Amino acid sequence: MSKKELVKGNIALCEGAIAAGVKAYFGYPITPQNEVPSYMSRKMVELGRVFIQAESELAAANMVLGAAVSGARAMTSSSSPGISLKQEAISYMAGMQLPALIVNVQRGGPGLGNIAGAQSDYFQAVKGGGHGDYRVIVLAPNSAQEMYEMAYDAFDLAEKYRTPVMILSDGVVGQMMEPVEFNRPGKKEFEPKDWCLNGCKGREPLSVQSLLMQEGALEQHNIKLQAKYKTIEQNEVKIETYKTEDAKVIIVAYGISSRIAKSAVKLARKEGIKAGLLRPKTLWPFPSEAITALAKNGVKFLAVELSHGQMVEDVRLAVNGKCPVEFLGKAGGGIVTEQEIVQKLRS
Amino acid sequence: MQKIFSKPESLKDVPMSYCPGCGHGIIHRLIAECIDELGIREKTIAVAPVGCAVFAYDYFNFDTTEAPHGRPPAVATGIKRANPDKFVFTYQGDGDIAAIGMAETIHAANRGENITIIFVNNANYGMTGGQMAPTTLIGQKTDTTPFGRDPKREGYPIHLCELLATLEGTTYLERVSIYNPQNIIKAKKAIKKAFQCQLDGKGFSLVEVISNCPVDWGMTTLESIKWTEETFIKTFPLGVVKDRS
Repeated sequence: MSKKELVKGNIALCEGAIAAGVKAYFGYPITPQNEVPSYMSRKMVELGRVFIQAESELAAANMVLGAAVSGARAMTSSSSPGISLKQEAISYMAGMQLPALIVNVQRGGPGLGNIAGAQSDYFQAVKGGGHGDYRVIVLAPNSAQEMYEMAYDAFDLAEKYRTPVMILSDGVVGQMMEPVEFNRPGKKEFEPKDWCLNGCKGREPLSVQSLLMQEGALEQHNIKLQAKYKTIEQNEVKIETYKTEDAKVIIVAYGISSRIAKSAVKLARKEGIKAGLLRPKTLWPFPSEAITALAKNGVKFLAVELSHGQMVEDVRLAVNGKCPVEFLGKAGGGIVTEQEIVQKLRS
Repeated sequence: MQKIFSKPESLKDVPMSYCPGCGHGIIHRLIAECIDELGIREKTIAVAPVGCAVFAYDYFNFDTTEAPHGRPPAVATGIKRANPDKFVFTYQGDGDIAAIGMAETIHAANRGENITIIFVNNANYGMTGGQMAPTTLIGQKTDTTPFGRDPKREGYPIHLCELLATLEGTTYLERVSIYNPQNIIKAKKAIKKAFQCQLDGKGFSLVEVISNCPVDWGMTTLESIKWTEETFIKTFPLGVVKDRS
């Protein structure tokens, strides 16, 4: 049943996960994601599902690992410093090929930083974060509606590829209230899985592990993981483009920055500047091909981020020197304004 | 001819990689016998630690998984909460459970998670070459206490059962050993009781098994057994520490 409500991004996220049938949520308090454990502590219990406020982000992420290894849809959420602690379990889950959802409502860093929204965890999210040669699928919502939809879709994606999925949101998208249409059906039936641990009744015992000590076994495992990542790169890139067809300057921005960038494009167009926006909805896999296709003579790119330049490196790799790539960003609580972007577009 | 002794179904028919004289093989067998006798092999999900017993999943003949170092109680919590009808136990060493994983241990116990922990205490980190563990005895020489454990420098051995006994959430805690047949029989009884505690839904149970590590202790097997009996269990007295089952 579809209904429309004014809610915070963090609440929309919870509703998306609940509609997707998340069976277990494990969390730990940290701002600016506190609405998530708070909302889940009531909702999950009312629904007869699992909620635990863990003793740490380490424990919460490892509880997710445990629930996931049994085939249950499981998730955790946190903000930047807490996500650092979760990297241990994320690396294990990538190695063990466990589907799960990890949500990062980013705040400022490094260290304890502050509680304002930021986009400084891009490297951590898309380049691995934990130890070992692995990737997680990274989704970047830019509205409360997308917090709902991406949380809903994340579990299917995670199970399709047997891999952890991260939603890389930020304190602004998490905290702002917007009308959200709760339009996805509640899920009851899931695809059966043959890899999960549910007791060895009627079959040989299974072991799900990332430790592969036999000669050559880990090498083979890594080749298998990389082949999977290649498939994901081919199939799962998602973008939104806005007025890129005739654009001479193309902004690349995700999350809250893309909302500001879109307004800036409109303002710039009024001044006669042919601006456009390419918004990655998936940060890994990154829309390198779409950017490469737009990188022509006479075009320039502008990466806008709430960081001091992280995603811009992937834009430069995709552009590969074919045209200029500039950067505008700030980190530590400040928001890049439309006017600042337009000023940059004028130059 | 009647067969009166055989390998438990819950153990795979493979050679174990443990060192000669090590206690893990005996403890694995006791667990396997208990699981067979309770008829729960097909609903068991076990969590192996980081440490020598990381290879447990090569030896147990039921569903197994792994956990990052120290996190088995959190992983087991996730499995059990999502699957209350399954039988879930962790197998952990002293470094795993009482150093890097102390927070996970205490909080799983305090929540009264309906899981069982088999805690193998051999007073050192076996897998990495015999470094000091939280349970290393005062004066005991290890790879990282070459002058013997000095409380002024390294603190004191942690008595985990006694520590957990103070928590309302714990139901059954017992310390046993396996240095002679009499104690092996007692150890099996304790493990079976701890498992039954979970099957009856009575909450958190833990059996601490005092075991030997002759290679990293720099002893022969017989010397290690003698040291366990004469020294080790003087610091860690055997017996039921708490029973609310």
